[in-house]
Amino acid sequence: MSNLFKIFNSSTGQKVIMALTGLFLCVFLVVHLMGNLQLFKHDDGFAFNHYSQFMTGNPLIKIVSYITYFAILYHAFKGLIMTMNNRKARPVKYQVDGGWANSHWTSRNMGILGTVLLVFIVIHMIDFWYEFKFGNLPTKKYIQYDIGGELKNMEFSGEKFQARVKASLGQINDFTTLEYKDLYKEVYATFDKWWYVLLYTISMFAVAFHLWHGFKSAFQSLGISHPAWNKTIKLVGYGFAVIVPLGFALIPLIIFFS
Amino acid sequence: MNLTLKIWRQKSPDDKGGMVTYPMKDVESHMSFLEMLDVLNNDLITKGEEPVAFDHDCREGICGTCSMVINGRPHGPDSAITTCQLHMRKFNDGDTIHIEPFRAKSFPVLKDLTVDRGAFERIMQAGGFISVNTSGNTIDANTIPIRKDHADMAFDAATCIGCGACVAACKNSSAMLFVSAKVSQLALLPQGHTERTERVLKMVHQMDAEGFGTCSNTGACAAECPKEISLDNIARLNREYLRASFVSGE
Repeated sequence: MSNLFKIFNSSTGQKVIMALTGLFLCVFLVVHLMGNLQLFKHDDGFAFNHYSQFMTGNPLIKIVSYITYFAILYHAFKGLIMTMNNRKARPVKYQVDGGWANSHWTSRNMGILGTVLLVFIVIHMIDFWYEFKFGNLPTKKYIQYDIGGELKNMEFSGEKFQARVKASLGQINDFTTLEYKDLYKEVYATFDKWWYVLLYTISMFAVAFHLWHGFKSAFQSLGISHPAWNKTIKLVGYGFAVIVPLGFALIPLIIFFS
Repeated sequence: MNLTLKIWRQKSPDDKGGMVTYPMKDVESHMSFLEMLDVLNNDLITKGEEPVAFDHDCREGICGTCSMVINGRPHGPDSAITTCQLHMRKFNDGDTIHIEPFRAKSFPVLKDLTVDRGAFERIMQAGGFISVNTSGNTIDANTIPIRKDHADMAFDAATCIGCGACVAACKNSSAMLFVSAKVSQLALLPQGHTERTERVLKMVHQMDAEGFGTCSNTGACAAECPKEISLDNIARLNREYLRASFVSGE
């Protein structure tokens, strides 16, 4: 055990865990983004609210969510500790910094970019995660009905609902009512504030720059490097660093401007 | 050409040190950088001042001794060269040139531009060797078959001259490129295979004990390496280390 501790506490071992947690968080980002895209379904927020409920209720998801919390905390704090220790490895700094000539600025500023992300994650969690788990979010009722063998959902109140009931009289085979916390409404209300949209957009730039270096760097730290694969890993990393944060940033922007 | 030199002067390891400005007149463009410093030192000695201490030996890019950071870059503003291979034609009339020692906690400054790179020696002593019977029964290396691509990669790694530019260039003062070159060179060859597991563990742990930083994969080391040692070696070191952590019998 002490040998294992020594190995994973060495400079190389620490980087392996940073790489593994980093890549795990990349997978998390994809799942998170796919969930968020449900905000654009025209179903009175049923899909998004249903998804939010599922993400907090399902026991298997719960285990994964604890792994995610651990990955975020480990990656963030270990990263900060390593950055501070690395600074101590050069107590007297150079008078002239030539870093621009030999390396990409994102690779030299992962600590700063990561700190921006950590601050963002805290704000983001307070606004949505905390609000959903511990806040007093109003709930919304949905009716799920079977019409001609097809399951449909809609909000269980309002004019649209009444009109639909009148039109469908006699056609509905069966129905149930469902009640979810209305995170959908909360998201739309939050992204109505320009400063929050701006904060989100800036943070997604930080995610993009962090991933620009981080994705391929994780593979290098794990020793996954081969002339036949390096170019692909690099390109996939760059694509990931652009597409995923862009997807996240578009959500508040679309909500704000529509 | 006329230049302004700003050189780090430090009397002893304990001295605080600082930059001192020296105007240089009529520098020939075909001089090597070290020859230019020789001229400066000649002038200083003539004036009765202490000459600038800097490390140098072969002056043909083989020994890796000439450690200094010129305008923020180890071995100056060119790629794949040591300081002795840098020529004054790379500079322009009127330029100000900042000359500093390699900076790292693990490379303490001894005097002016000279640093103690003993940390590299101690890493090598920890595992950067192969144990061979030299009692007269040594097997001729050429009788052992080696894959051509492995021989080539091992040779590329073996061109590392241990100059320390990788540490000087790295924002974390990491010695990963140096250690990875040495680990790769030995791990790729049959003679080095026997001790590969213990070697990588011991060398990495010694590297950490010396106070070098961790690797952020910025690539600055490979970009500044006079022998163009590739980052592939660092990936191999990571693989070797991971493998060793699972198979080591310690």
